[in-house]
Amino acid sequence: MNRLRRIALALAATVLTVPAFAAGITVQKPWVRWLPVGQPAAGYATLINSGDTPAALVGVSSPDYGAVMLHRSLDRGGMERMVMVNSIPLPPHGRAALAPGGYHLMLMQPRHAIRPGQQVTLTFTFADGSTIAVRAPVRPANALD
Amino acid sequence: MKRAVFLTVLAALLVLGGCSAPQHRWKLTDVRGHLPDLAFTLTDDAGKVVDASAFRGKLVLLYFGYTHCPDVCPLTLTHLHILMQRLGPLADRTRVLFISVDPARDTPPVLHAYVDAFDPHITGLTGTPAQIEALAKRYRVAYNRGPTLPGGGYEVAHSAGIYIFDGRGRARLLATDADPITSIEHDVRELLGVSP
Repeated sequence: MNRLRRIALALAATVLTVPAFAAGITVQKPWVRWLPVGQPAAGYATLINSGDTPAALVGVSSPDYGAVMLHRSLDRGGMERMVMVNSIPLPPHGRAALAPGGYHLMLMQPRHAIRPGQQVTLTFTFADGSTIAVRAPVRPANALD
Repeated sequence: MKRAVFLTVLAALLVLGGCSAPQHRWKLTDVRGHLPDLAFTLTDDAGKVVDASAFRGKLVLLYFGYTHCPDVCPLTLTHLHILMQRLGPLADRTRVLFISVDPARDTPPVLHAYVDAFDPHITGLTGTPAQIEALAKRYRVAYNRGPTLPGGGYEVAHSAGIYIFDGRGRARLLATDADPITSIEHDVRELLGVSP
């Protein structure tokens, strides 16, 4: 078990330093904004599709959170609201930014105490069934990016 | 001829002296005279009942939000934290008031932990639904609870403006998410009587 864990950690370290490839898609600069008292946290990343075919992010899971949803913040006439989205399109040779004030992950029900400075695992699932797992640094509540 | 020179010089002086003219050139929306003075009775994040007079003498930045809001509210509070850092010692002459539009979940201890994670110049305020509604109505702020999500949570859509009051509690300026921090900083310094 310990050995498996070590291997898993080593693999996780690898995806940190080398962009993870799945069908020409990379996940760059993932991070999580920590919030206190177990409030839902937001996850961000830049998804890049360097392939010739359209792709789409259809879901994210994490061993560190009980539930992860794809969300989008919208400003409609000065009203801020969040909507759930089923997928985030990734055009060929295009990108999608999951960034504050727009598309983001809503990370709920932390499975253990998570603090700034730690890392969590985020597994991105795409429409073609491929997945990319990355380690995302957890930043303080007042981090800008 | 002399008169024409005089007028030209006068015009030039007016242009050059524009910065010291009494009329402010606000970067944010001037709401002076269009919104009522700051008034409320709420409970602060230490659990103490407070009214607006507790914040007289400070420039107040009022923002409505809730702690289960993971994206936009933290972004706005982070911008206000950066504003406080840029203001340096002047930050102590200001106070950010974060009014919960979700009093059912935002108890004083939850609010305290939340605002404390952003900046020491932020006070979280909650209250009865009627108390919060009264303040929101006073500034024409809209909010409404969304449908229950899988897992039992819910979102609260809300107006995203930042209302700025001077030390006498008079509504002066309105900022939105779209306004850069530098614009808010400029106007806050003007209001504090410290030219940028």
